[in-house]
Amino acid sequence: MATLEIRDLHVSVEAENGPREILRGVDLTVKQGETHAIMGPNGSGKSTLAYSLAGHPKYTVTSGQVLLDGEDVLAMSVDERARAGVFLAMQYPVEVPGVSVSNFLRTAATAVRGEAPKLRTWVKEVKETMAALQMDPAFAERNVNEGFSGGEKKRHEILQLELLKPKIAILDETDSGLDVDALRIVSEGINRVRATGEVGTLLVTHYTRILRYIQPDYVHVFAGGRIVESGGPELADKLENEGYEAYVKGGAVA
Amino acid sequence: MAEQNTSGSTTAGSIEVGTAGAGAQLAGPGTGRAEVRQPIDARVAVEPSYDVTDFPVPTGREEDWRFTPLHRLAGLHDGTAVSADKGTDKVELGLPDGVTAETVGRDDARLGKAGKPVDRVAAQAYSAFEEALVVTVPKDAVLNEPVKIDVHGEGGVRFAHVVIDVKPFAEAVVVLNHTGSGTRAANVELLVGDGAKLTFVSVQDWERDAVHTAQQTALVGRDASLKSVVVTFGGDLVRIHPRVTYSATGGEAELYGLYFADAGQHLEHRLQIDHDTPHCRSNVVYKGALQGKDAHAVWVGDVLIRAAAEGTDTYEHNRNLVLTDGARVDSIPNLEIETGEIVGAGHASATGRFDDEQLFYLQARGIPEEEARRLVVRGFFAELVQQIGVAEIHDQLMEKIESELAGVA
Ligand SMILES: Nc1ncnc2c1ncn2[C@@H]1O[C@H](COP(=O)(O)OP(=O)(O)OP(=O)(O)O)[C@@H](O)[C@H]1O
Ligand SMILES: [Mg+2]
Repeated sequence: MATLEIRDLHVSVEAENGPREILRGVDLTVKQGETHAIMGPNGSGKSTLAYSLAGHPKYTVTSGQVLLDGEDVLAMSVDERARAGVFLAMQYPVEVPGVSVSNFLRTAATAVRGEAPKLRTWVKEVKETMAALQMDPAFAERNVNEGFSGGEKKRHEILQLELLKPKIAILDETDSGLDVDALRIVSEGINRVRATGEVGTLLVTHYTRILRYIQPDYVHVFAGGRIVESGGPELADKLENEGYEAYVKGGAVA
Repeated sequence: MAEQNTSGSTTAGSIEVGTAGAGAQLAGPGTGRAEVRQPIDARVAVEPSYDVTDFPVPTGREEDWRFTPLHRLAGLHDGTAVSADKGTDKVELGLPDGVTAETVGRDDARLGKAGKPVDRVAAQAYSAFEEALVVTVPKDAVLNEPVKIDVHGEGGVRFAHVVIDVKPFAEAVVVLNHTGSGTRAANVELLVGDGAKLTFVSVQDWERDAVHTAQQTALVGRDASLKSVVVTFGGDLVRIHPRVTYSATGGEAELYGLYFADAGQHLEHRLQIDHDTPHCRSNVVYKGALQGKDAHAVWVGDVLIRAAAEGTDTYEHNRNLVLTDGARVDSIPNLEIETGEIVGAGHASATGRFDDEQLFYLQARGIPEEEARRLVVRGFFAELVQQIGVAEIHDQLMEKIESELAGVA
């Protein structure tokens, strides 16, 4: 069973006046089949955690460990992490001019699966998944994320999640910028992947509304660059009612 | 992304508003058209002329020569190339039905109609060529396959002159393809008749040691349209100078360029669009990639909107992707506007390295770094090839790009 272990993770970014520590000792273990919601106020470091796990060059790990089934994730390049089974659905997906969605998806699937998917079954797989996410088939011929609306970009992220079938899925604010219908469609996509029981999900969010569609097993409150409280789904209800106030007082936020 | 951007529009402050002199009359050999005015470039000090001796030998300090390594011009600029070994070409023509191609002498009346040489090397070519190729697409002919002119240089010095004469309401795609080696200075005249449509593609796919300069001078007729596509991959020093003037209203010019400079190559594209006639349009997009030590790309885009050119609509855009250290780009858009009565005018120039966010996104999907880089560069050019939209050259361009990409690491 796949397990992601994050141990005492410290991460800095290069700020104007030297390095600035954003993550200050994150401890978390995510097992295949589990869903963890990470909730926290703006600027608390949620995206920093997500991007650091995926290996974005902007973030420097100063100490700590990240292990996937005992393998040192931090020693891997960005693409090695993805091939090892770590997937990051981004808060702000990137436009890649001149690269079509269909070419991109096939190149990614080939890389992750270690061989090119058989053309006929692949085309069908992509079509069906797009249909389930209510994406117009015409998106396949458009350039990656170019001119996509916010909601379309998020569907495209979940399309990749469904096709690439990672062991650990980190979903950074997948709910933001979605209207109610889109939120439902995207959540159903995430739930299809969860239902396989083969993915551990790290659901990063600011709001509780996506949790109406996706039941987390654990809820963690993130503030000031670390997890300050953990609990079950009931913790989300508390946050819904009381907000993050209790956690940001006294300068707990970075 | 480490990208430097400069851009402007009619509302931005980055446009030079100049007062260039009035147009001089052209009196070329053959039947010079009195109404054709000759552009006077702000950055060209010498009057355009057919005669090489009207131009002093450039020293490299002149505005229009300051980026060009003169010592690599094989004497094209100082007269010594004339007495060097005469070269030969193998020329193969592909002529759709109805199209004629003739080899003519210097005194043929059809030469010298589009515009004069504006620098010493172009004048040298005009003064020294022995015979010219005149390709004529008859009136109303709509070609459904391209005219092909394949020039294969076999070494030595060549002075060339080509006239593409597209008669009124004809539609043609003409592909001038350069391969092989040698030293070549050329003038290409593009006459786009009233209501005609010409797509002119010039491919510089030379061997690594070739030297090639060309002035490609277009005269666009009433409601006519020109699509110029300049593609430069090969050569040691290539300097291409597309120029556009309009003989009547309603003309349209799209100028596209695509270049890939490898270590040590100097690829220079300078273009000039002279809006001297009301209600004409122009649009310029040039994109290049550079890799390797001392790869050098120069792009100069001069657009002049004269006082008479009301209703002009123009935009120019140059983008460069610097793939490795040690490469150099000079990108200079220049817009001069003498009338406020225009539809629009703008320019943009951006030179950047790989977009780290794009690479990260692709790698985060498991795609190895090298492959991600190739995808990004292929995409950078594919976008332009899509926009150029000339089916006849689509595959050839993508294949060339693919072979250049093999070197992207
Ligand atoms: N280059 C940088 N220089 C200085 N501070 C930075 C830099 N990059 C990020 N930060 C800071 O790091 C902190 C954490 O940012 P992060 O994006 O991880 O927050 P977040 O929890 O995802 O917020 P949100 O809910 O708004 O998405 C913020 O205070 C941000 O301003
Ligand atoms: Mg965030």
